[in-house]
Amino acid sequence: MDARLNFLSDAAPVGLAPLHGEPPVVRLRGFTRRFGENTIIHDLNLDIAPGEFVALLGRSGSGKTTLLRTLAGLDGTDGQDVTVPTSRAVVFQDARLLPWKKVWRNVALGLRGPDVRQRAEAALREVGLGHRMDAWPLTLSGGEAQRVALARALVREPSLLLLDEPFAALDALTRIRMHDLVLDLWRAHRPAVLMVTHDVDEAVALADRILVLDEGRIAAQDRISIPRGERGELARPYREKFLQILDGTARADGVIPFPHGIPA
Amino acid sequence: MSVVGKIVNSRWFSPLALLAAWEAGSRTGVIPERTLAAPSEVAGTLFGMVVSGELPSNLAVSFGRALTGLAIGVIVGVVLALTAGLSRKGEAAIDPLMQIKRTIPTLALTPLFIVWFGIGETPKVALIAFASMFPVYLNLYSGIRGVDLRLLEGARSFGLSRAEQVWHVILPGALPSLLVGLRYSLSISILVLVVAEQINASAGLGYLINNARDFMRTDIIVVCLMVYAVLGLAADWLVRTVERRALVWRPSLVEA
Ligand SMILES: Nc1ncnc2c1ncn2[C@@H]1O[C@H](COP(=O)(O)OP(=O)(O)OP(=O)(O)O)[C@@H](O)[C@H]1O
Ligand SMILES: [Mg+2]
Repeated sequence: MDARLNFLSDAAPVGLAPLHGEPPVVRLRGFTRRFGENTIIHDLNLDIAPGEFVALLGRSGSGKTTLLRTLAGLDGTDGQDVTVPTSRAVVFQDARLLPWKKVWRNVALGLRGPDVRQRAEAALREVGLGHRMDAWPLTLSGGEAQRVALARALVREPSLLLLDEPFAALDALTRIRMHDLVLDLWRAHRPAVLMVTHDVDEAVALADRILVLDEGRIAAQDRISIPRGERGELARPYREKFLQILDGTARADGVIPFPHGIPA
Repeated sequence: MSVVGKIVNSRWFSPLALLAAWEAGSRTGVIPERTLAAPSEVAGTLFGMVVSGELPSNLAVSFGRALTGLAIGVIVGVVLALTAGLSRKGEAAIDPLMQIKRTIPTLALTPLFIVWFGIGETPKVALIAFASMFPVYLNLYSGIRGVDLRLLEGARSFGLSRAEQVWHVILPGALPSLLVGLRYSLSISILVLVVAEQINASAGLGYLINNARDFMRTDIIVVCLMVYAVLGLAADWLVRTVERRALVWRPSLVEA
């Protein structure tokens, strides 16, 4: 096994070792989220460094979207210890474009200033849709709609970009193109990214760090130091480990440590 | 397909056949004139009434009534629906009343309106306003409440204020419902117009019909019925045109 590959371990407590020595843009301490009797997120600690690309894996219903909504400021935090940057933007699984606004107006939604149209146009050009500025959203393909949603997020120059399974509805080929696009945009703008995904390949291909959320906790995590593009054969072992974690078998044989109580 | 087959299959065939049968019936005396005037006679009467100015002037009166009532009804309906749709307090105050009112047929209120407003223009306009308010209210209110919450949340995630959310998301989202309500309101306003004009009118289409009834002029009655039908069609056309402009973004109307 590659020495640089540090398999889903807790070698570094969840994001507590800052990547660039800068203070983290996202900081959660002992965060708990309940719906009635159900505790969905339990005593979670999380740091995300500026410009860091984090992928969040976990089974359905594990609370990924709940966590993302908290970071997006869509749910209240009840005065808990939650720090998120004010400039943040979300891309949802369904693009959520307003069908009654032309593409560029969707991108410009909520922007202020004189050159709104130019900014929207520049963002659309970046995602390769400069020619669809004046199209109606319902005439876009799924992939195009997601690119518009990306443009709409990026035009705000967010310091935190939140992606909730943004490409789940796309075909495999389009998804791979979107990965390249996201990486290009990420390199150009350097937001911190938290991307929720079901797709281990996607997480491995894109992220600096992979988190696995299970039973409201971060069950495992790993930082991938291998350069993107050389990670081709990495996905399969990751997928196996990931499934083991979720099965609990890994826990039983002690291969994967579970950093439940992370020192604050 | 043969020419005859084409004609028989055309959508125009059956109405035209009916018209021809009607004319033939009148000519042969099968349909007496006091039962129903012949189409050719109706056409002549229509021409005469247009030329003499009798029809245009009375039509203008009826049109004014319907338009005034409709304008009041639609404005009140929109204001109430916005209040009830956008605020919990407004909903608690307004919606129960509207739901109660819904169970009373408007036309049953005619006697009461006559007692209150007399037999002049006021009860006519008031009836039309009262009746046309509800479709607009009900549709716009449910349209506002039915706005896609995911879109609203998306807008919120980009930091739109409540007022901006209403303007950019809720109102455009509820617009199709409003237009449906408007279409109902238009046809109801014409329906109520017909009944309201039976209240001692001295001008208007209803007045023409009442007069014609007294003199058994079935040709004039048919002319007025045609005018009512045209009004209904025009109202429908108007809403369709507005819809086509306001809802260009809809997939069925979008030319990709
Ligand atoms: N508003 C809510 N009220 C009650 N329960 C909720 C609410 N939102 C989420 N939940 C519950 O919280 C749990 C986590 O939901 P969440 O949407 O975060 O899962 P997820 O990890 O994103 O799943 P998926 O991968 O299927 O999207 C689920 O059991 C869900 O039923
Ligand atoms: Mg989810």
